[in-house]
Amino acid sequence: MANKPISELGETYLAKPGTSFHDVTEIVSRVTENAAPRGWWILLLASATTTGILGLTLAWLLWMGIGTWGNNSPVGWAWDITNFVWWIGIGHAGTLISAVLHLFRQYWRTAINRFAEAMTIFAVICALMFPTIHTGRPWHIYYPLPIPNAMNLWPNFKSPLLWDVFAVSTYFTVSLLFWYVGLIPDLATLRDRTTKRLREMGVLSMEGGPPSTLLQLRAAVYGGLALGWRSSHRHWQNYERAYLILAALSTPLVLSVHSVVSFDFATSVEPGWHTTIFPPYFVAGAVFSGFAMVMTLLLIARTVFKLHDLVQLRHLDLMNQIMLTTGSIVGYAYAMEFFIAWYSGNPYERFCFINRAFGDYWWAYWSMITCNVLVPQTFWFKSMRTSLPWMFIASILINIGMWFERFVIIVTTLHRDYMVSAWGNFSPTLVDILIYVGSIGLFMTLFLLFIRWVPMIAVAEVKMVLPEADPHFGHDEHHDHAHDDDHGHAEPAVAKEA
Amino acid sequence: MSDEEHVKPARPKQKRPVLYLAEFETPGQVFTAAEKVRDAGYRRWDVHTPFPVHGMDGAMGLSDSRLGWIVLACGLTGCSLALGLIWWTNGIDYPLVIGGKPPFSFPSSVPVMFELTILLSAFGAVLGMLGLNQLPRHHHPVFYSSRFERGTDDRFFISVEASDDKFDLDETRVLLESLSPSHLELIQEES
Repeated sequence: MANKPISELGETYLAKPGTSFHDVTEIVSRVTENAAPRGWWILLLASATTTGILGLTLAWLLWMGIGTWGNNSPVGWAWDITNFVWWIGIGHAGTLISAVLHLFRQYWRTAINRFAEAMTIFAVICALMFPTIHTGRPWHIYYPLPIPNAMNLWPNFKSPLLWDVFAVSTYFTVSLLFWYVGLIPDLATLRDRTTKRLREMGVLSMEGGPPSTLLQLRAAVYGGLALGWRSSHRHWQNYERAYLILAALSTPLVLSVHSVVSFDFATSVEPGWHTTIFPPYFVAGAVFSGFAMVMTLLLIARTVFKLHDLVQLRHLDLMNQIMLTTGSIVGYAYAMEFFIAWYSGNPYERFCFINRAFGDYWWAYWSMITCNVLVPQTFWFKSMRTSLPWMFIASILINIGMWFERFVIIVTTLHRDYMVSAWGNFSPTLVDILIYVGSIGLFMTLFLLFIRWVPMIAVAEVKMVLPEADPHFGHDEHHDHAHDDDHGHAEPAVAKEA
Repeated sequence: MSDEEHVKPARPKQKRPVLYLAEFETPGQVFTAAEKVRDAGYRRWDVHTPFPVHGMDGAMGLSDSRLGWIVLACGLTGCSLALGLIWWTNGIDYPLVIGGKPPFSFPSSVPVMFELTILLSAFGAVLGMLGLNQLPRHHHPVFYSSRFERGTDDRFFISVEASDDKFDLDETRVLLESLSPSHLELIQEES
């Protein structure tokens, strides 16, 4: 099996040598058991406040109507759809890490997959909010579903917007299932640790001990969600098969989701949108931005919760390499769009692209080029790929750049249509800005609650890739060599937590 | 209900053995032990490991998981359900002519067919896995052992159930002891 690193490729074991099974349990579980560090509270306070602002703004929006947005004719999609595509794209890295890297047997993904999957789910929640409110009458959001109704009408299945409904809702559901299946053994670990503490306190004995409502609640919730998992190998057999199948299903799914999102644009006849490059270009951009978001969050969580042993600089380096690859694909797509606009001989296409780079929104275009094309090119240098401050800044710049990409695609195309009489410019209002910033607050709030209450690293999977997990460990010399090798690649200058 | 009703009955409780639980410290030990239990011909027994130990399917003599067939059936259902739905709603029940396109057209049905195939397959994989594993089940006798709390941490167990035809209080104990477990206990249940 591919749980062993391939030393010929320079791969090494995931965790530091000498990490025992119990160490892994302890490092991950204690985050959910000990008091939260102060940094967590500060971040939670900030993000919960932002979420509160989101709630108030949404209430205002629903009360006043969508006229409070800057959306107009011709720029009807504006920030809502920009934000939708941005958030959906961010989600894609989670699926890529959990499914695609699983199929390719990239065992290092174990350090970050739980984290990235959670990010997918929260990003898709934020994404779904935008088309919902963009309808203007969110209480009618069930209209696209094929439900028999009093009007005897069915949804139009030829519309890419309807495909999008199916694609995104399937994506959300499957991501949630995948995440939950991965969580079951780890929830059982938390359940057993909680039961142990309750038993040691005497709560579980016949006489009864001091009541510990919070711990009992923990035991009930984790126990309930763990579904009575008893780590049986007969169960593991079906479980691993289910996990493999879910990975195999998620891989084409993730490619389909952003392709379908790009159909919303590509099946129209707008200049700048009606191109066949859109599906692969959108998927590459999605993975690019998603990895950047994983990087931002991972660097914060790694520092706040001291996870240096499991999330090593080597993994961050690999992630930066993926960002370099996908960033280059995105840069190629930008260049190719321009080339085709010229080569097609279509004057509307040509005008559209010249207008993107030198028209009213030139600053958005060049921000996009700087952040998405130039910034990741620095990752050709190992010193840049392994510099924590730079990769943090770069990851944020890339996410800004990817937001601008969607803004450029939507606004520059819509604001200069075929007829000069239909031209118009867009500028956002306070409501636009607060809803966008608020969605980041919602995302961060969900994320902070996740890292506090759910094992943020896949405990069982990390144990599986430890050298001593091999039933033949210690029986041949090869493993010991690999072990020594690991010392050579030991953790960089980050202090190991005692 | 009054408190008196909770008072334990006076007669001594009957206990009957339900399973032996042998504890091991490494995946290697439990792997070798599992091969021996398999060779001894037991059927109702299990290995409990905090993570899937590779090669254990063979060591336990398990046949391949049947989950794939369940998922295939669910996927085909999803695909045909989507095609049938689109064909009937848009093509038959209320034909919509939009942009001069035919009321039902196969190419534009593909994205939704694909998504529903994936959706139903994923449900099939998760619910099928839980069904085959007979989960959720919160009351298995292995949980009577407080040592089993480490079964999701860093200990490896073999359980042999009393309902196995070959189970014998003494012979099974001799077999399990010969595997040199770090701990062996008989789990009993009140009958």
